Amino acid sequence: MSGSTERMPRLLALVPYLLARPGIKIEQAAQDFDVSAKQLRKDLELLWMCGLPGYGPGDLIDLSFDGDTVSVTFDAGMRRPLRLTGGEASALVIALRALGETRGVVDTDAVQRAIAKIESAAGNAQPAGVVVGMGVRERETTARTRETVRGALQAGRALRMRYYTASKDEVTDRTVDPMRLLIVQANSYLEAWCRRAGAVRLFRLDRIDELDVLDEPAAPPAGAEPRQVSADVFAPRDDYPEAVLVLEPDARWIAEYYPCEELAELDGGRLRVRMRYGDESWMVRLVLGRGEGVHVEGPESLAQAVRQRAADALARARHLPVTYGQ
Amino acid sequence: MSTARAERLVNLVLALLSTRQFLTAERIRGIVPGYGDAATDEAFSRMFERDKTELRELGIPLETGRSSVFDPIEGYRIARRDYELGEIELGPDEATAVALAARLWDSPELTGQAHGALVKLRAAGVEVDEHASTIVEPRVHTEPAFAPLLSAVQTGTVVRFDYRRSDSPERRERTLEPWGVVSWRARWYVVGHDRDRDAPRCFRLSRITGDVRTVGKPGAVHRPQDVNLLEFVAGTSGSQDPAPAARARLWLAQGRAAGIRRHATVTGPLTVADVEGDVVEVDLYFPESAADWIAGHGPDVLVLEPDVLAKAVRDRLERVALGLGADA
Repeated sequence: MSGSTERMPRLLALVPYLLARPGIKIEQAAQDFDVSAKQLRKDLELLWMCGLPGYGPGDLIDLSFDGDTVSVTFDAGMRRPLRLTGGEASALVIALRALGETRGVVDTDAVQRAIAKIESAAGNAQPAGVVVGMGVRERETTARTRETVRGALQAGRALRMRYYTASKDEVTDRTVDPMRLLIVQANSYLEAWCRRAGAVRLFRLDRIDELDVLDEPAAPPAGAEPRQVSADVFAPRDDYPEAVLVLEPDARWIAEYYPCEELAELDGGRLRVRMRYGDESWMVRLVLGRGEGVHVEGPESLAQAVRQRAADALARARHLPVTYGQ
Repeated sequence: MSTARAERLVNLVLALLSTRQFLTAERIRGIVPGYGDAATDEAFSRMFERDKTELRELGIPLETGRSSVFDPIEGYRIARRDYELGEIELGPDEATAVALAARLWDSPELTGQAHGALVKLRAAGVEVDEHASTIVEPRVHTEPAFAPLLSAVQTGTVVRFDYRRSDSPERRERTLEPWGVVSWRARWYVVGHDRDRDAPRCFRLSRITGDVRTVGKPGAVHRPQDVNLLEFVAGTSGSQDPAPAARARLWLAQGRAAGIRRHATVTGPLTVADVEGDVVEVDLYFPESAADWIAGHGPDVLVLEPDVLAKAVRDRLERVALGLGADA
């Protein structure tokens, strides 16, 4: 972050920053400003040349260096940082509000206090016009699961769980080494080393059906890295098979809900998309459940599997006992 | 930015902060080091204009005015009370929340803004450890339209954008007097007065395509006092706490349909067409989508009751089995 656009804000913040921390190590200051110690020294040298009109020895910003530490001896009137811009205050306060609305992350009370203090210090840059209401209602069992997971993370203990994998529509028992809790798009996930898969996995808390904290310590292998969290964290992998689907207007939401590549707008408001899938049985469930809302254009094996499952279901339903009025 | 320019800008800020009098451009040229390098009046003027723009972009409140009515031209100064961040102290738990908030965004722009705020808070003496490891890592996803819409809301500017409804390919231009940006169930909306419909409307940010353009001058939008933005969005996206609407009896094949089974209560075994399975009861929260959900499982799930659900599922399956789903 040594771009030129970052330098002015840093130069204006440096003197008040040092004033608040007499004798701070240059290395520490560089870290706080996210620059190299070399860059920070350059900044200090520059500031040393600046001061009040007159620009005599008593007018210039004065710094005293002692070994690898620095202190301000004359601030030339730059005692406080510049107020927050509207954008800065918004970015921070909206994020805090979102944090306050997300259950189980931090103490909501502390968030409210921080918001009040920042809004008051920011003065006229108060952000308005943004309301954050997460609105996701959580089952009580999920809240309990999170408390258990949180406890295991704090105590550094492994977990045994019964987990529902939606993509495979199956429930499995796993032992995992918890790494952290993630909250993405208002859903809570446990990121953990899964001993069954031998890899780092994300587990959605509302799909954990049973959970026990084990006596043994959590020991993710040294190479287990948390994933970079971004919007496409759940994007399908490139090597997954792909289907070409035509969505009727009432099934167009699929293109919004799942990662899809839009190929063409067709007549009648239909949409042709390309969609990757990790598990064929999942894709069959998706398509079959939409009835005639989704047409499979390819691969033919998928289209065939969908038709076959429908025919099998109808055949089996005919064998239901008559008491069930079929 | 060159070192010379950075130095000149810092000196300019210090000079303007330290003066009560408005300093004219000519006076500034005479006292602030760096401007002396300008060979001509024109070169100075260009230099000074650029510097003023830079200061404003940094958010420095540059005041213009005359120190006395006899002054022929306007001068400049920076009012300290407008420049300086107010006093702020954060407790350790508050600082933790702030550090976490600063890395909440998934957009580089907002992350940059939040980071800028942290730099200033630290300079105000607050200790915020941005890199502290926490066991909880939240993320908030935003859409490209978020930043321009937020800025339009804050400045009261009318906006225009192309919008696509979820069930139609049609992109229609909408002109909106934006009242606020709302996050609801992890999705972003903008609420305001839709000029085309002449009525209040809300729009989902993910369905805005292309750029958000501003229309006219800031300050043109007046948000009604009595509107509750969150209720507005929640009301139009179905905020009711779902209560079970119906109860169904299903047959589940042994070891299959785990997703349904985990929400169901088994009442007894039943073998259908030589396949072992269980009769279960399950509460349906959204009966209209239950048929989709059940039909998707094919022969692994059969509906026993109610009839209307069994028929809805059978209809879906018959149309697919006939090949209509594949060829229509």
